[in-house]
Amino acid sequence: MESALAANQFLALSAILFVIGVAGVLTRRNVIVVMMSIELMLNAGNLVFITFSHYLNDMSGHVFVFMVMAVAAAEAAVGLAIALAMFKNRETVDVDEVNLMKG
Amino acid sequence: METLLFYLFATLSVAFGLMMIMARQAIYSAVCLIGVMFCLAGLFALLSAHLIAALQILVYAGAVMVLFVFVIMLLNLREKAGLRSVGDMATQLFFVVVLGVLFVPLIASYDAPSATKLAEGFGSTAGVGTLLYTDYILPFEIVSVLLLAALVGAVALAKTRMR
Amino acid sequence: MGLTWGLENIWLVPILPLLGSIINGVFGRYLSKPVIGAVACGSTGLSFFVAVLAFAGLISQNPAYRVYENVLFTWIESGSFVAEAGIQLDPLSGIWLLIVTGVGFLIHIYSIGYMRHEDGYPRYFSYLNLFMFSMLLLVLGNNFLLMFIGWEGVGLCSYLLIGYYYDKDSAADAGKKAFIMNRVGDFGFLLAIMWIFTIFGSIDYTTVFTAANATLEYGGFAVTGITLLLFLGAVGKSAQVPLYTWLPDAMEGPTPVSALIHAATMVTAGVYMVCRCAVLFNLAPVSMVTVAMIGAFTAVFAATMGLYQNDIKRVLAYSTVSQLGYMFLACGVGAYVAAVFHVMTHAFFKACLFLGSGSVIHGMSGEQDMRQMGGLKDKMPVTHLTFLISTLAIAGIPLFAGFFSKDEILLSVFMGHTSGHFFFWFLATVAAALTAFYMFRLYYMTFAGELRAEDKHVRDHVHESPYVMTVPLLVLAFLAVIGGFFGFPIIKGAHALNNFMAPMFNTVGAPEHPHPSLMVELILMGLSVGVAVAGILTARHFYQTKPEAATAMANKEGLIHKIYVTMKNKYYIDELYDALFVNPAVRISRNFLWKIFDVKIIDGFVNALAAMVKEIGSTARLTQTGLIRNYALAMVAGCVFLIGFWLLAIGV
Repeated sequence: MESALAANQFLALSAILFVIGVAGVLTRRNVIVVMMSIELMLNAGNLVFITFSHYLNDMSGHVFVFMVMAVAAAEAAVGLAIALAMFKNRETVDVDEVNLMKG
Repeated sequence: METLLFYLFATLSVAFGLMMIMARQAIYSAVCLIGVMFCLAGLFALLSAHLIAALQILVYAGAVMVLFVFVIMLLNLREKAGLRSVGDMATQLFFVVVLGVLFVPLIASYDAPSATKLAEGFGSTAGVGTLLYTDYILPFEIVSVLLLAALVGAVALAKTRMR
Repeated sequence: MGLTWGLENIWLVPILPLLGSIINGVFGRYLSKPVIGAVACGSTGLSFFVAVLAFAGLISQNPAYRVYENVLFTWIESGSFVAEAGIQLDPLSGIWLLIVTGVGFLIHIYSIGYMRHEDGYPRYFSYLNLFMFSMLLLVLGNNFLLMFIGWEGVGLCSYLLIGYYYDKDSAADAGKKAFIMNRVGDFGFLLAIMWIFTIFGSIDYTTVFTAANATLEYGGFAVTGITLLLFLGAVGKSAQVPLYTWLPDAMEGPTPVSALIHAATMVTAGVYMVCRCAVLFNLAPVSMVTVAMIGAFTAVFAATMGLYQNDIKRVLAYSTVSQLGYMFLACGVGAYVAAVFHVMTHAFFKACLFLGSGSVIHGMSGEQDMRQMGGLKDKMPVTHLTFLISTLAIAGIPLFAGFFSKDEILLSVFMGHTSGHFFFWFLATVAAALTAFYMFRLYYMTFAGELRAEDKHVRDHVHESPYVMTVPLLVLAFLAVIGGFFGFPIIKGAHALNNFMAPMFNTVGAPEHPHPSLMVELILMGLSVGVAVAGILTARHFYQTKPEAATAMANKEGLIHKIYVTMKNKYYIDELYDALFVNPAVRISRNFLWKIFDVKIIDGFVNALAAMVKEIGSTARLTQTGLIRNYALAMVAGCVFLIGFWLLAIGV
């Protein structure tokens, strides 16, 4: 399929989504929203993979996206379990109130 | 047609993304993220990654996001009002903006190859599957172990302690 | 089992005691005392048995060239440097082999009785067996490096056994003293080995000694240097002037150890080494004179110090130093056979004397001061008899072993070609008279007269030692009687030892064998017997007939009193060494190395480093807020800088 679109357009979109994800991670305090922002960043990365896969005519990118999805699913499962445990222990999911690692 | 679809999906996904990070309640964020996922699935289809597009909807929008929504419902929280202090916000947004600005020359300087004739069955289930079970069999197996470990870890973390 | 069986299996000789040592050292704490004793004595006994077989095999070989060499494996190979683990049995090592295993075996048996009541029984036997292994390695090795390993091994065992009563400060100090003083000598020995290697490209005896005549110039710098360095090693190990002070202190160890290590075997290692390198010494007249000079001087010097000691073992220690001086004197005039002969007879009678003194100490409940003894003649008949025989032997009374060997040395020195040999002969004769005197002083103070012990418990407890101790005494006393007949003088060809060993030492530059007329020989013999008897009678006068005369003479103000005090204090040599070497070392260590270098520089550096780390740490911990947003922010900032840097670098 001949595409009229340039790769750079997809890359630019990916960059925008990624930066939005970063902003979410940095500014939000709800740990669940932070995790969703991370999912958004991962998706932005996936878009880059698919784009290059298409323009370089190499399906390896698809396989990598597959892997990223699996890792994202695992991360979501564990991350949400941590959020649950945190809520059970501290009655909060605010990342600013968790500082056990303080030196 | 493709150009039109691209701009549609692109605009929608950026809008959903922004709404996601700005929504007051987590449940709205989750709904917006699902929207982003759908738009991206459309874009993948545009890039002839049909299998991945389907998986994007099934796995991400379906399974993962249901998990998020489920947890949000379970906790049933409202985020405490108020953002962080102005200083904190300023620093964070400064870096975000700088990062965004830095991407501009990065992407602009990329001289993408013009699209070539794609191979027969590009992006199909058979194509990706063949690759997955031949060249990438070892990573595939490792990911399966990772998923198992995540499963066990999630159960261990989330279960109520026995008294 | 033919005559060659012993030769082919000679490697068993050192290995058996090593096995015994390992068994007792590792499992000793789980074994009962009889088992430990059986393992230790069994291994040395078997070793002695194999040694006798090997010696028989050696004798059956061609008399002109009796050498059996057996390379077991190549031990070190590095470039041109090759060290083999090989065994060389020839008349020289053969004699030592028999002395070490035979006397060692007897002393092991004796130790069962002597050490019965001591703690650390397995430790003692493990060390003793290890010593046997090291000594046999020293004697049997076929190259200088093996000899050096054995040399260090016996030094280590000596250190361990001197410090056997490690909870006693004086014993621990004596061990350290012996070890450190030996280092001085070992340093010379090691340098000599390196020098030999640079010249010959080999450290193998056969290679070196065969090539010596062609390679080394007679009396040249190299051979003189090598032999003097070798002799430095011998001086340390064999406790010659000036490195002799450790041997009297070494008497802190258990008495059987003194008998085995510090009388019969280890201290003769220096003599063995000089005899082994006879080829080299024969080429270096300067070194020969040095050896003779040190030997003669030590013989007299140590004898005078032995005159007024009151500790029974210390008298024997000075006597040992003095007798070793005789051996070196003999080596120095080229009478190697006489030296070996004296080593042999000395091993018999001195081991017997030490074991006898051990028996006395055992009977006296650990008392070593002769002023507390006396009158033991009737209470310890066997010990008394064997002690008397050995004392007669060391004093040089005819028909006892010491007479033959000492007389041969005196004769060789008298007939020698070394410059000043008459003077050496004079010194040696004086030493013989002194020896007879102090040995009979020891005898009379210990066995004659009345028991002077004040402690009632000790007085009532005096008893003869058990058979396990007296039987080795009897065997050694028997050897001290007949040992001399292996080297019977006057009749030509009756000197069995000479016939056996002489082919080894007749090398280029060797001094001609003296052929004294019968008249000279008899006169010298009479003279030495005369001085011996004079010494004995003097001792009898002062310590038997009129004990108060000696005290009166010693206490009278004047020259004699001054000499007495000087000798009693061993010429203040220990004090001199303390002032010259020990105290400056201590002062430098304390005032500079400790107070300045250690405290200020090293500690200061370490403390500064620690303070720095602490400071950095306490600053750095402020960055660890524990808040995720800060870590995430840092990551983003890092990405920003990396990407920015990369963009600048590629110049977009």
